[in-house]
Amino acid sequence: MLFESRNLKYSHPGQNPLTFPDIRLEGGEAILVLGKSGSGKTTMLNLLSGLLVPEAGEVLLDQVNVASLKGAEADRFRGKNIGIVFQKPHLLAPLNVKENLEVASHFSHNKGQDIFQLLQELGIGKKANSRVQTLSEGEAQRVSIARAVITKPKLILADEPTSSLDDENTEKVIQLLKNQAAKIGAALIIVTHDQRVKNHISNFIEVNTL
Amino acid sequence: MNLFRLSWKYLTFRPLSTGLNVFLLALGLAIITVLILVQDQFEKKMTQDAEGIDLVVGAKGSPLQLILSGVYHIDFPTGNIPIDEAKKLSRNRLVKRVIPLALGDNFQGYRIVGANYDYLDLYQVEFSEGKIWELPFEVVLGAEFAKKSGLRVGDKFTGSHGISIGSHEHEVHAYQVTGILQPTGTVLDRLIITSIESVWYMHEDEAEEDAGLEASSHEEKYHSPVAISGFPENGEGKEITTLLVQYRSPMAAVQLPRMINSGTSMQAASPSFEMSRLFELLGVGVSLLQGLAFVLIIISGLGIFIALYNSLKERKYDLAILRTLGASRFQLLILVFLEGIMLTFLGAVLGILLGHTFLSVLISNNDQGVVSSLQAWIFLKQELWIVVYALLVGIVASLIPAWSAYQTSIAKQLTKA
Repeated sequence: MLFESRNLKYSHPGQNPLTFPDIRLEGGEAILVLGKSGSGKTTMLNLLSGLLVPEAGEVLLDQVNVASLKGAEADRFRGKNIGIVFQKPHLLAPLNVKENLEVASHFSHNKGQDIFQLLQELGIGKKANSRVQTLSEGEAQRVSIARAVITKPKLILADEPTSSLDDENTEKVIQLLKNQAAKIGAALIIVTHDQRVKNHISNFIEVNTL
Repeated sequence: MNLFRLSWKYLTFRPLSTGLNVFLLALGLAIITVLILVQDQFEKKMTQDAEGIDLVVGAKGSPLQLILSGVYHIDFPTGNIPIDEAKKLSRNRLVKRVIPLALGDNFQGYRIVGANYDYLDLYQVEFSEGKIWELPFEVVLGAEFAKKSGLRVGDKFTGSHGISIGSHEHEVHAYQVTGILQPTGTVLDRLIITSIESVWYMHEDEAEEDAGLEASSHEEKYHSPVAISGFPENGEGKEITTLLVQYRSPMAAVQLPRMINSGTSMQAASPSFEMSRLFELLGVGVSLLQGLAFVLIIISGLGIFIALYNSLKERKYDLAILRTLGASRFQLLILVFLEGIMLTFLGAVLGILLGHTFLSVLISNNDQGVVSSLQAWIFLKQELWIVVYALLVGIVASLIPAWSAYQTSIAKQLTKA
C-alpha cells in the first residue's frame, strides 16, 4: 500500500473534534474527497500533507508516518514526496514559468522531471519563459500542476483545483492530473465539491464530520 | 534557482522601492566616504608638510594665519620681519637650523617662494629635470605646477606682485627655470622656489625704477651666486617673511616660543598646535556632516525595514507555498535576511563609488590650493568598515521581517485565502 490514512482526528480550538474517513491508495490510483464547504475537507488535506498534526490516527506514505516528522525534516519530506495543487495557482510573481518550477526542484532536493518536456505534456510548452502575470487562469493552474508533479512525488494532493475554471479547462486539468499521477506512479487525492469532477473519477469518499 | 537568486528576484521585482532605498543608503555612505577620504589625506598632508618644522616665526598677527601662510602656503602672510632680528634668533643655542622664507610674488596664482637649499632638503626632494638655482632669478618648479603650466627647463616667465592671481606684473626681470622637482605629495609640488635674493632684487628694482634709477647699475650682483644655506650675505636692513625653525632640544619647545612672543617684535607659532586647533574648529562642520550622514543611513534602514515588512505581508502566501515545496523555516529566514543584506551591500558599493566620484568632481573644480592635491581614487581600509556598517543596517532592518517569516504557519496562510 503506497498511501494510507487511519482514524484521523483533529479539533480546531474551541470546536468539536472532527473525525475523518480512512483512505487507502496504491500508486496510480485516484480518489475524490467530497463534502460541503465547511465540512472539514481542507483540514483533512492539511492533515494528509502533514501541514497539520492530527490528534489521533496516522498518515502513512511509503511506510513513513508523515505526522511523526518534525521541522526541516518534515519540510524536506513534503517537498520531495508530496505535490500540492491549490484552488488558486499561487505562482511566485517575480519568477517566470520555468523559474517557478526550478524553485520546486531546488527546495525538494530532487532533480525530478525535465521542465520543458513536462510543460509540453501540459500543453504550455511555449510559456516556459513567460511572466506568470501574463498567463490565463487555466494556463496558470496547469503551471501549478507542473510545479506539483515536477519532483515526481508519491502523493499528489489537489484542493478544489477546478472551482474557478470553466468546463473545458476543468476537464483538461482533471485529465492532466490523472495522466501525470499515472505516469509517475503517484497516488492522487482530489478534494472537491465540484460535480463535474465526478464524471472523471469514480472512486470517492465523503467527509461529513458535522 | 537557489536562495540567493530567489532573493534577488524578489528585490528586482520592486525596482522603485529597492532603488530608492539603495540610493538613500548610498548617499549617507557617500558622505561618510568623502569625510574619511578628506580627513585621512588632509591630516597626512598636513603632517607631511610640517615635517621637520618645529616652529614658525613671522610678523605678529594670527598664529594660525602664520602657519597657513608659512608652512602650507594657503593664507596671506602676516607681514614681514627684519632680517636682523631673525639672524639674532638663529644664533640662539636652542635653535638647530633656520630656513628663512621670502614671499611676495606669484605666477598664475602659484606662489614664488624665496628660500635656500635647506628648504628643498627639508622635503628630501629630487630633481626630475635640470638642477637647483645658483644665480638670482633662477627658479625651480614644483612638479604639479610644472605639469599644469607646461614650463620647461630654460623657459622664462615674469611673476606678478602679490600672493594671488591678477596683480600687476613685474616686467623688469624674468625668472628662468633651471630645474623641475619630482612629485613629493607635499606643498612643494605647488610652489615655485627660488633664492631669497631673487625676491629682494625683484622688489628693490621696481622701487628704484619708479625712483628713476637705472637697473643696469646692479648688473654685478645679479651674476654673483646666491646663499646656499642660512641668510643671504648682503641683507642688512632687509626683510624676510617667515623663518622656519628646527629645535636643538625639546627644551626649546618650552622656552623659545615664549621668548620670541614676549621679547621680540615677532611671533612664534607651532604647526602641530595650530593645526590641531584648526581641526578642532573644523570639527563642528565635520560632525554636522557626519550627523547628516547617520540620519540618512537610519532613514534608509527604516526604509529597508518598511519595504521588507510590507512586501512580506503580501508575500506570506508565497512563503507558505515555498514551505509546501520543501523549504524549511530556516531557509525562509535566510531568504529575508539575504534580501536585506543584498540591498545594503549594493548601497555600500554604490555609496563608496559615489563618494569617490564626489571627491573627484570636487578636485577637478579646484585646480589650485589644497583640495587639488587630494586624490579621489585612493581606497582606504576604513571603507571596508563602511561595508560592514551597511551590512549591519541590513541585518538589523531584516530582523523583524525575517522573524515573522520564520513564524509563518503554512496551514493557516493557505486556508485563509
